[in-house]
Amino acid sequence: MIVRHKIAEPFDPTRPLTPTGNLRRRHLVSRFAQGVAIAAAIAAVAVLVIVIWAVVSHGIKAISWDFITKGEPEGIGPNLVGTAIIVGIGTLIAAPIGVLIALFLSEYAGRRATRPVQLLMDVMNGLPSIIIAVFVYILIVEPTKQQSGLAAGIALSIIAVPLIARGTQEVLRLVPAAQREAADALGVARWRSVLTIILPAALGGIVTATLLSVARAAGETAPMILLSSLAKADTYQFNPLKELPNVPVKIFQLSEEANPEGFTKAWGLSLVLIAIILALGLGSRALLNRSKRKLTR
Amino acid sequence: MSIDDQTFDPRPQTNGRPQAPNRVRIRTEPLPGAIGAPAATESAAESHVHIAPDAVFEADKVGIFYGRKQALIDVSMRIRRGQVTALIGPSGCGKTTFLRSLNRMNDSIPGFRIDGSINYHGHDIYGSNVDTVEVRRRIGMVFQKPNPFPKSIYDNIAWAPRNLGMRSGLKERVEKALRGAALWDEVKDRLKDSALGLSGGQQQRLCIARAIAIEPDVLLLDEPASALDPIATGAIEDLIHSLKGRFTIVIVTHNMQQAARVADRTAFFSLETRGEKPIGTLIEFDETEKIFGAPRDPRTRDYVMGRFG
Amino acid sequence: MSATPPAGTASLKLARSNRQSPARKRADRLGDVSLRLICLGAALLAALVLVLIAKEVFEGAQPAISKYGFSFLTNTEWAPPLEKFGGEGLVLGTLITSAMAIFIGAPVAISIGIFLALLAPAGVRNVISPLVEMLAAIPSVILGFWGLIVFGPFVAGTIEPFLHKTLGFIPLFGSPQTTGASVFTAGLILTIMVIPIIASVTRDLFMAVPRELQDGAAALGSTRWEVIRGVVLPTTVSGMIAATLLGLGRALGEAIAVSQVIGGATESHLSLFKTGGTLASIIALQFPSAISALHYASLYYCAAILLVIGVASNLLASWVGMRFGAAGGAMR
Repeated sequence: MIVRHKIAEPFDPTRPLTPTGNLRRRHLVSRFAQGVAIAAAIAAVAVLVIVIWAVVSHGIKAISWDFITKGEPEGIGPNLVGTAIIVGIGTLIAAPIGVLIALFLSEYAGRRATRPVQLLMDVMNGLPSIIIAVFVYILIVEPTKQQSGLAAGIALSIIAVPLIARGTQEVLRLVPAAQREAADALGVARWRSVLTIILPAALGGIVTATLLSVARAAGETAPMILLSSLAKADTYQFNPLKELPNVPVKIFQLSEEANPEGFTKAWGLSLVLIAIILALGLGSRALLNRSKRKLTR
Repeated sequence: MSIDDQTFDPRPQTNGRPQAPNRVRIRTEPLPGAIGAPAATESAAESHVHIAPDAVFEADKVGIFYGRKQALIDVSMRIRRGQVTALIGPSGCGKTTFLRSLNRMNDSIPGFRIDGSINYHGHDIYGSNVDTVEVRRRIGMVFQKPNPFPKSIYDNIAWAPRNLGMRSGLKERVEKALRGAALWDEVKDRLKDSALGLSGGQQQRLCIARAIAIEPDVLLLDEPASALDPIATGAIEDLIHSLKGRFTIVIVTHNMQQAARVADRTAFFSLETRGEKPIGTLIEFDETEKIFGAPRDPRTRDYVMGRFG
Repeated sequence: MSATPPAGTASLKLARSNRQSPARKRADRLGDVSLRLICLGAALLAALVLVLIAKEVFEGAQPAISKYGFSFLTNTEWAPPLEKFGGEGLVLGTLITSAMAIFIGAPVAISIGIFLALLAPAGVRNVISPLVEMLAAIPSVILGFWGLIVFGPFVAGTIEPFLHKTLGFIPLFGSPQTTGASVFTAGLILTIMVIPIIASVTRDLFMAVPRELQDGAAALGSTRWEVIRGVVLPTTVSGMIAATLLGLGRALGEAIAVSQVIGGATESHLSLFKTGGTLASIIALQFPSAISALHYASLYYCAAILLVIGVASNLLASWVGMRFGAAGGAMR
């Protein structure tokens, strides 16, 4: 049944273990390909360094205590507060909805419901923020003839929901199935196990996802241009039912004016914004690693 | 059959760089508390005379570390050409670790470090100017879990020869490899189908066919039948018999009967407590009949009897 | 993974307390149903928002749609004072900048994914990966500002003249303008924006390719690149396509950075080095100062086109991902 083929010794195996045949050429090809990959990674890091360096080196000239705390024309204090309020509104709306959707996906949705909801999240996540801005404009600003921090916050919440949902879902997935099954087997009602076991276990991840979406939302500019761009920033403003000054729109407006002084200010704003975003990013990463370790221990 | 001259120079090496054929390289001394009795009864007596003409591998006082954990200590053995050598022993005894160190598959594991030396035809496998790709080209390996590529059956076999530049007579080469792995009759009508549609046993034979298609010198088999049912296991064992003589085969198995059926020589590895923690080492290495019939070491006897009894 | 003891005891306590009374049971049933409904409600709310977005944007665009129909896509003149709105230049600008971003960005990003997942030692990976993600975190308005002040002038001063000199016979590479605002610069900024997105998705994709498969290929005497080329890339094709579509969606819809560096022109042309506009950027630039109802409607029309393309590329991405297996069919 088994056909035996006499195969002659194809090579002398006693030769030293250095490349034979076409191996030298193949190594060259391989090294070239690896070089390309390394170069690509270096290029990306280089772009990051160049951009960050530009922001830091120009922005540092603008930074001072007055710059951060005072209003126009010296400072950007009202813009920072406005951004904080708008992002706060967005997060307050988005976090519970995002977490609930993640819970739905991981605890309640059967196979058939999971796919469309997942798809819905993907599509929302892929929506250009300018479209969301247009939508909220038509829905709120146009009828009331009034830009507002609230409208901008709502737009940010639409952007943030899929981010928070996805982040939460990832952590919920790490909650050991054994815990759920144990609870189920003991006849614990689902809602009790969700509220007392699953959510607390995933809390670190939920906070992380929320922080990350805050970082993303803080830099969103398109919604601000349509929904909260007309505010004066000479004094602090706190009323979310009126337009609020904010950081991204100020950078955008300054970049549209060909005014060197304005550019310096824009660099300063950029530096503050990037510092906040990177701090949020790094903090959430540390937090995520900690809570993941806890869950998978 | 015509050999691919372009791939390998069949002439024995006469000139070229001076090469110390049997450099003894000692990287670090064994752990302080780890001076054991001579472990391998047979090889201890034989090792370090000179390179026997029929030796493919000569391992000398091999110790393997993963980070700070020592997985294997003091393994010295000689693996002979054209024979089937089985490595047996309880799980965790380092037999797979040793096997994977023979063609440097452990290199990619973080923290991997090796002591002592492993010579292949007189060349240190871990020597400084050794090319690992060349090592694996000569020393093929089949893994515990069948791992066919998500390609067609034909392309699974043809992939490596193509890389190596063995383009002429590729079809014949594929057919021969499949016949060699006793798979041809089952797949000859569906060579274009995905290899993932094959049964587990067929997939493992495909992996063996894939390995022999480039005509290596040595085949390392890491528990090749452990994931298979008895019938498929029988097919693999028949296959190993048919490959005997053409290739030097080293097989790791946890199945005593399998070792007894296929191997010319058998090495028994076990866990020994050296210092504080148990470390895998070679206990006894001899003709298969001796290992199973009249083992010299009581530990071998206990293990073999226990498993058979 | 194992059940950690605290959770076990917690559920045990719950179970004991649970057996107590029928009233409790009723409360549990009520709790279960209501939590389920609340979660479902959140999902439905999101779906409703998506539907509303489509409805409002299309309704807003209705005047322009009924006036121009599909000829909006081929009319070349965009002149708000004359009440003329033709989007061909914007559609072209969108396609050209996005195509640039994908054709340059995807290969670079996939190379980065290969480096991070398959070549870099763990230590290097743990440093570079966060840096790549940091690049994705830079707000587009800052990237656009940098593009306007630093990068654009550099591109206009060195890269564009060079390309014009060597490839000027191709109409794409016409004579450069001095400001640095150009379709080309916008394309490069978009490239920078899509690279980290595609890179981090493909990195995860490549890391999911089973170790045994790569070992199997390496054990046949293959070089690192042959393993990647022969085994890793073919098993992840669909995932790479999905990742690229994700990046494309991002590039098509980016309004801010593009509007800062592209120059805000609306005429229809193919020269990379002239100023131009895109569907998304025109909304950001002209919305605050739109002058007529038809102007607004035309901007909504642009948004509607974007919405359709954006949703389509997303659906396509997840269809590719789903059709050809999760994680890019690594274990198909």
